[in-house]
Amino acid sequence: MRRAGKIWTAIVLLFLYAPMIVLFVGSFNDGRDLSEFEGFTFDNYLDFFADSDSLRLLANSLILAVSSALIATLLGTMATLGIHALRGKMRRAVMTLTNIPLVNPEIVTGISLSLLFVFVGRSMLGTENILGFGTLLIAHVTFCLPYVILSVMPKLRQADPSLMDAAQDLGCTPVQGFFKVMLPELWPGIIAGAIMSFTMSLDDFVISYFTYSSDFSTLPVEIYAIVRKPVPPMYYAMFTLMFFLILVVMIGMNIVQARDEKRQERKKLKSA
Amino acid sequence: MSKELIRLVNCRMDFDGETVLDSINIYFNDSEFLTLLGPSGCGKTTTLRIIGGFLQPTSGDVFFDGVRINDVPPHKRQINTVFQKYALFPHLNVFENIAFGLRIAKVPEAEIRDRVGEMIEIVSLKGFEKRKPDQLSGGQQQRVAIARALVNRPKVLLLDEPLGALDLRLRKDMQNELKRIQQQLGITFIYVTHDQEEALAMSDTVVVMDRGRIQQIGTPEGIYNEPKNAFVADFIGESNILDGIMRADYVVEFFGRKFRCLDKGFAPNEPVDVVIRPEDVDIVPADSGHLCGTVTSVTFKGVHYDTIVDFKGFKWLIQTTDLHQPGEYIGIRLTPDDIHVMHKSEYSGMFGDYSSYSAEYDEINDPDAVIGGEENPEEALNNEE
Amino acid sequence: MKSKFLAGPYIAWMAIFTVVPLGMVAYFAFTTPAGDFTFSNFANASEYLPIFLRSIWYALAACVICLVVGYPVAYVIAKSTVNVQRVLYLLVTLPMCMSFLLRTLALVSLVRDTGIINSFLGIFGIGPLPLIRNSGSVIMGMVYNYLPYMIMPLYTVIVKLDPRLIEAAQDLGCDTVQTFRRVVLPLSVPGIVSGITMVFVPAVSTFYISQKLGATENIMVGDIIETQFKGSLNRNLGAAMSLILMLLVFVSIGLMNRFSGDDEEVATI
Repeated sequence: MRRAGKIWTAIVLLFLYAPMIVLFVGSFNDGRDLSEFEGFTFDNYLDFFADSDSLRLLANSLILAVSSALIATLLGTMATLGIHALRGKMRRAVMTLTNIPLVNPEIVTGISLSLLFVFVGRSMLGTENILGFGTLLIAHVTFCLPYVILSVMPKLRQADPSLMDAAQDLGCTPVQGFFKVMLPELWPGIIAGAIMSFTMSLDDFVISYFTYSSDFSTLPVEIYAIVRKPVPPMYYAMFTLMFFLILVVMIGMNIVQARDEKRQERKKLKSA
Repeated sequence: MSKELIRLVNCRMDFDGETVLDSINIYFNDSEFLTLLGPSGCGKTTTLRIIGGFLQPTSGDVFFDGVRINDVPPHKRQINTVFQKYALFPHLNVFENIAFGLRIAKVPEAEIRDRVGEMIEIVSLKGFEKRKPDQLSGGQQQRVAIARALVNRPKVLLLDEPLGALDLRLRKDMQNELKRIQQQLGITFIYVTHDQEEALAMSDTVVVMDRGRIQQIGTPEGIYNEPKNAFVADFIGESNILDGIMRADYVVEFFGRKFRCLDKGFAPNEPVDVVIRPEDVDIVPADSGHLCGTVTSVTFKGVHYDTIVDFKGFKWLIQTTDLHQPGEYIGIRLTPDDIHVMHKSEYSGMFGDYSSYSAEYDEINDPDAVIGGEENPEEALNNEE
Repeated sequence: MKSKFLAGPYIAWMAIFTVVPLGMVAYFAFTTPAGDFTFSNFANASEYLPIFLRSIWYALAACVICLVVGYPVAYVIAKSTVNVQRVLYLLVTLPMCMSFLLRTLALVSLVRDTGIINSFLGIFGIGPLPLIRNSGSVIMGMVYNYLPYMIMPLYTVIVKLDPRLIEAAQDLGCDTVQTFRRVVLPLSVPGIVSGITMVFVPAVSTFYISQKLGATENIMVGDIIETQFKGSLNRNLGAAMSLILMLLVFVSIGLMNRFSGDDEEVATI
């Protein structure tokens, strides 16, 4: 039974990773076709770093991901504190609002935003070209916000509410108390929210696809656009690099979480 | 002897339309050890939080040194608190936890080092400065919490069930330690607990609270010996509480017999509650007793036996060092100072009958049984919620 | 309590960029391109009923397969030692952070007629098997992409399951299968509900997987909506279909939550 479960898990992981292995191998392939290995080469990596267009796209994606993660984290953390202080109907209403982007199909979110942007552009700003970095940023912040809230909220709940009382008791103003005492408790949640936002923004295709313009495009959108032709293998190289980058980030996040959990565990044992 | 420091005038507190404090009037003297005692939900913690500034009373005034401080936020009050579960800052080590208030007050670094060092001595935590709170035992965390509050040299220290999470033995040690620290520093301690033994052992003044009202204020001896009503009599120690009638000054009638007592000033023939402490009753042979009854159960308690005696259907708890077997017919004698007479109150008839007494009685009634949690971490966990 | 005002900017943001846009969708759905009120978009949308039904059917099939495939995996992860748990959980969630377009392309290169699997089988004279351009391949693509979304909530629920409950069930006479059916499974319901939600929503609305792995007869709602907007065919029709899709999703989530009796913060990542 145990053994069968483990074998099954291995098979499922193989299923999940097989295409990624194909991409990994493809990044060293001399040919353009993923199905046929025509010899080992590093050229795809060199090509990627020599290609100013794809570097610009990568830069765009990174700039967008960092700025939307920052804004979403700031706004979302503030919002979490606010929501935590809300009670009853108001709180439920805000949580429903938070759930909308989570449960709404991405394509509907993308379309609804594009309709809004185009409408505002046409009838309020008198421009046909409203789409661009700004609209992408708004869209990304919007779909990242709920994830920040969902990852900070549990930390806020775990935190001992009397810590704030204690800080004020010892002479802190409420604002000082927040920064000196509450923020250190929330950090793991805030960082997790920021990293989640960053990776989701970096990989988002559907919502970006409806809110971008050719002036400011991102990697996933361009990859979608070139699918009719064969994809240049340098993108496989980029995928491989990205894989390891994200792997490192996620391992880092795991270590932070592991430490945090251990601490919570110890706290629980102590208070028992 | 000493001057008044804090006064609450007609303080009332409503939460969501429910009254948790009902016109509280009380004053606190400088350098006294005062305990707010009562069952959970009696309003003692709310009172403490009003003094600390974490709550503003719905109506009524709070005075500190004669100045109204209702609107003064906690960080501007010369009051510090030891919180229920300590509320130590988990990201700071022992030294930094204690130094926290001084750093906020921008005390020079050298002075911080001296004062924190001094406090660490007082609470005997030398060598633990670099530890994080979660690397300390419950008792050590407790000491840090006390040191963190006291290092700011507050005029008043508020303690909210500070020993509640400790086991029995440690709690006794800390009681002595707290009393010593209070006397050494001469600071006013306002202490909240539901543990009557703790309150009696440590306090100069005990304030018994229930249902958002103050039931009685007095010295530990005064409250024990002369409870004002059935609630206080039952909450502080064990009591047999009987219906009686005050026939005249110094004469009370119950069970159809008149007894001499030390109480006076009641209306003629006023119905009263009569308190008789279980340890005051002397058991004698049936033929020489004032009252006679049958022993229905006996529980060995170490120092004494808890003996339940049925007097005409009303069961008394009597604590004796002699063993009387169930079924034995015995008599009791009462001297005037065994009898304490109280006016009738809303609590009359609710307490003081031991008909439902069983060996578990104490454990059910006694919060220690759960909180001490010597052997039973499960229950302690549940209790936390 | 002034801190509740901190939610102000957020509420404003969400109102402007979530509620108002959905209002725009509704507005477009009920108007002609000239801006006149009409129901005709819905009448036109009803012609796509078979495609709606197909999308729902694909998405449901993907949910069931994800559940059956994912549950044992979630269970194995939850019952591993803490460190193994971390590694396995990381392995399961990592693909979600990687470009789903490129991964899907790679999947195509594996399963297409001249792809890696068929070439390999060809060595033994088998095939080529029809692994692409049919309903099965589209559903497989969904399972591939959304399986982690099923495993995560299942894992979260199973790992919190008190082992003493299982011991208690065994103590009361349940064998392994009975313990699972009567104790473990009922207690996993919240995870199952949120897993199904998290798979169903993106699956029913996808427009890339069906393009890459399906044939023309496997077209889904998402594809139609995409062409209405991106092909600049008929925004109003696209809006009407989006509205229907959204209602469909909200109704099914509502039904699912009835099951678990859970309200706040269902879709926890």
